[in-house]
Amino acid sequence: MMPRSFARAAVLPLLLGGCAYQRYQSDFGAAGVEDRQFLTLFWIFLGVCAFMYALVIIFLGAGIARSRRAAEANVVETGRHHRSHPLMRSTLIGWAALIGVGLAGLAIASFFTDRSMAAAAANEKLSVTVTGNQWWWDIVYNSGDASKTLRTANELHLPVGVPTRIILNSADVIHSFWVPSLAGKQDLIPGRENDIIIVPKTTGMFRGQCAEFCGVQHAHMSLVVVVESYPDFVKWWSHQLQPAPMPTTPLAMAGYKYVTTGPCSACHSIGGTTAGGLVAPDLTHLASRRSLAAGTLPMNEGNLYGWVEDPQSLKPGVHMPTIGLEPDQLHAVVAYLETLK
Amino acid sequence: MTDVRADTFDLGRRENERERVEAENRRLEQERKKIARDGPKLKGEKLASRLDATWRRPPGIIGWLASVDHKEIGRRYMLTALAFLVLGGVLALAMRVQLAQPDSALISAERYNQLFTMHGSTMMFLFAVPVMEGVAVYIIPLMVGTRSTAFPRLNAFSYFMYLFGGLMLWIAFALNIAPDMGWFAYTPLSGPQFSPGKRADVWAQMITFTEVSALAAAVVLVCTILKARAPGMTLSRMPLFAWAMLVQAVMIIFAMPAVALCSSMLISDRTLGTNFYNAAEHGDALLWQHLFWFFGHPEVYIIFIPATGFVSEITATFCRRPIFAHAVVVLALISTGILAFGLWVHHMFATGLPRVGYSFFTAASMSVSIPTGLQIFCWLATIWDGRPRFQVPMLYVVGFIITFVIGGLSGVMVAAVPLDLQLHDTYFVVAHFHYVLIGGAVFPLLAAFTYWYPKITGRMMDETLGKISFWLVFLGFHLTFFPMHWSGMLGMPRRVYTYPAGLGLEVPNLLSTVGAFVLAAALGLFVINGLVSLYRGVIAGPNPWGAPTLEWLTSSPPPVYNFAHIPVVESDTPLWDSADGEYPVVTGLRVDQKETLLTTVVAAAPDTREPIPQASLWPFISAIAVGIVFVASIFSPWAVAVGVIPCFIALTAWFWPKELKRHPEPVIT
Repeated sequence: MMPRSFARAAVLPLLLGGCAYQRYQSDFGAAGVEDRQFLTLFWIFLGVCAFMYALVIIFLGAGIARSRRAAEANVVETGRHHRSHPLMRSTLIGWAALIGVGLAGLAIASFFTDRSMAAAAANEKLSVTVTGNQWWWDIVYNSGDASKTLRTANELHLPVGVPTRIILNSADVIHSFWVPSLAGKQDLIPGRENDIIIVPKTTGMFRGQCAEFCGVQHAHMSLVVVVESYPDFVKWWSHQLQPAPMPTTPLAMAGYKYVTTGPCSACHSIGGTTAGGLVAPDLTHLASRRSLAAGTLPMNEGNLYGWVEDPQSLKPGVHMPTIGLEPDQLHAVVAYLETLK
Repeated sequence: MTDVRADTFDLGRRENERERVEAENRRLEQERKKIARDGPKLKGEKLASRLDATWRRPPGIIGWLASVDHKEIGRRYMLTALAFLVLGGVLALAMRVQLAQPDSALISAERYNQLFTMHGSTMMFLFAVPVMEGVAVYIIPLMVGTRSTAFPRLNAFSYFMYLFGGLMLWIAFALNIAPDMGWFAYTPLSGPQFSPGKRADVWAQMITFTEVSALAAAVVLVCTILKARAPGMTLSRMPLFAWAMLVQAVMIIFAMPAVALCSSMLISDRTLGTNFYNAAEHGDALLWQHLFWFFGHPEVYIIFIPATGFVSEITATFCRRPIFAHAVVVLALISTGILAFGLWVHHMFATGLPRVGYSFFTAASMSVSIPTGLQIFCWLATIWDGRPRFQVPMLYVVGFIITFVIGGLSGVMVAAVPLDLQLHDTYFVVAHFHYVLIGGAVFPLLAAFTYWYPKITGRMMDETLGKISFWLVFLGFHLTFFPMHWSGMLGMPRRVYTYPAGLGLEVPNLLSTVGAFVLAAALGLFVINGLVSLYRGVIAGPNPWGAPTLEWLTSSPPPVYNFAHIPVVESDTPLWDSADGEYPVVTGLRVDQKETLLTTVVAAAPDTREPIPQASLWPFISAIAVGIVFVASIFSPWAVAVGVIPCFIALTAWFWPKELKRHPEPVIT
């Protein structure tokens, strides 16, 4: 009894776990219109292909089984005269026709899925520009009103059910924007502008990842996507539009001074301060995000310490240098960054 | 002044001339009788020893470097390619160890990127294409019944270029200047701005080496197959492996210039400061992808099509009948070769090109499965109607069908744009192309090694060890690559040096790693079998498998001149035609000089006798001169200007015209 129940105890969480992570970063996520259409088409293809495969295996198996009986006859049939089963020629033609029909069917199914994805993606309500950088995502929520235009990084919030056009371009090399649970991928290419329209269908948190090899830290160029209800989304947007609050504690104040006047501000910007660098992620609401360094680490105090002190050991090759902060500077900077909710 | 009677003078001269010609003709007649030719008077042992003396290369290391014997060159090609397979396989194992667990820190990101770049480049450029060419260079002249490849010195040159390119890449790896931007080297990542240093240049020059080598080998094969076939081997009787190699070699000739162009433009961007791929200066990053995949997609068929040739030959031999619908298989090969050039954009479905164009490339990509499906049918029909013996080569053929069809069908899936947008650049695609390349090309290659091993070495490979390693290869392969479909669907992108825990990727990745070690052990066993059988294998004799094609007519291993008499062919299974073991032959070729018979392209009627060049060091020296230019141009563009001079000297010496002795042509009857 004991080993059996033990086995069940081990397998069950594995299966349950399987269902849980199937939604987070997976083609089985089915959290967006595009991915749902992908899945429908995938099962159709899989069915047709499995049928064709079964035919091949049956023919092979039957041929082997049949030939075993005839194996005694140790004769050869020469190129001058050899015979085939009289039906073999017509079977060949039938096989060719079957492949042709199957492929035509699949090609048509693929074409209509493509069309319907394009139709579902019409009339977008929201426009976001995502710029790929080695190895992080710059995100700008576009708005006709300049005061409503929002710049953030590495965490994309989308309202559920709202078709969102994501405009894709790159500041350096080719990247690919891919949130498998929501939709297929689309490349970010320097000198070109691509777009993808996503219609999220369920709320939740999803992970996206760069899908085109883009250099040393390609593996750590990921993206958190939060799909939320429209009111939550509006609340998030208006909160993110606020400038960073002034720190209140002396320690955070020291950090504020260091960050806004020291080397950090050369690359990073923080709304409402003099830090205005544009080549690295915006930090205005850094502490409100769920991850650090483009999904490399979960956001918490320990990781902030580790990251600010020595980014090169946590994400080797990243463009953020290890500055070599003194311990008191480090405490101050982290204390300040934690206020950027 | 005396008048000169020009007419009488002329007459005298004409008479003199006539006499002179007649005397010359008599002299040539005498000489012609003196020339030794094979025939009724010169055969058996005596003929063999005279041919051997004529064809044997000089001994020693110089002779080794100068050899133009296609069997020696083919053997070197195969052994070198196998060495690169081992090296590439070790890299794969290192990657699998790193990926066995999430967030693993065994291998750094930098090193991992070098590993997968080296793995892809080695397997594509230094293993898969050269090994196919190696087998063909060895087998094709025997199979079509001739004594040498066309242009044997070019053949030697092609091997040395390949060897030097491979050595350069691996020495660079040892010196830690190996490429790290992927075997596909997408710009702008491989451009001057994002790949400073020499890593990308090393990759681009390795491409230059291998494309020169592949083009040379392709020309050699096309000419051998079209012009050097035995009399009577019309195109419709030509063995399917020869057809496959003809299609493949023509594909190389059309595909390689695209990669030559794009890699030269990359080198130019990197060393001369041009801006072909620099979007900021009105270049275009996507230009690279179009040119690269215009080569890169046919490349897959360049690897796969020779493998279908192996499968056809082995299936016919082991089923003891010709392949069902020979003409259909030939047409399938040709149409695959043509269609392969119309699908490159399916590597670029996510790049935002116009959607109407995508539909065309979806249809074209899917339609490749029609000729391939027909070939599969023809093999299955041959098994059905034949009397198959399941020895090791045939087991690999069955394993090939079971495995390759899965890869073909997952290829149909990724041909559809909506599916590809999810599956592209994930482990699903990694699974797909390993099913196609290992299942579709390496399985048949292992079959071919086992099949032709007795011809090359004179001994059989051990059957029991062969069966054990077949089953381990088969199981190890599926254990490694089947779970990758799953990890791809779970959202694992390619070319990541690690992945986080909690995405469900742990189990499939661990399975893949275990499978990779099983597969490596199985291939190790295959190699051990090959080595042990060199000394312990059963003596094979000329035709151990009872095969129908001409390479089995001569002894195992074949003599340096291949055939004492060139055979004459009367059907597509010449060795099965004769009940008494007597076969018709050509006589009348010289034995005092290297000579072979050329025939017409379609009907294979005797056309002309062709002198075969002697062994020469110049191909080797030329390869060194060209190699130095290629390597030096990594460091300075001036190397091209300066290096032209030694190349010119070496090539001039190589092609220095030789005065032919005037001998009358004999009439071949």
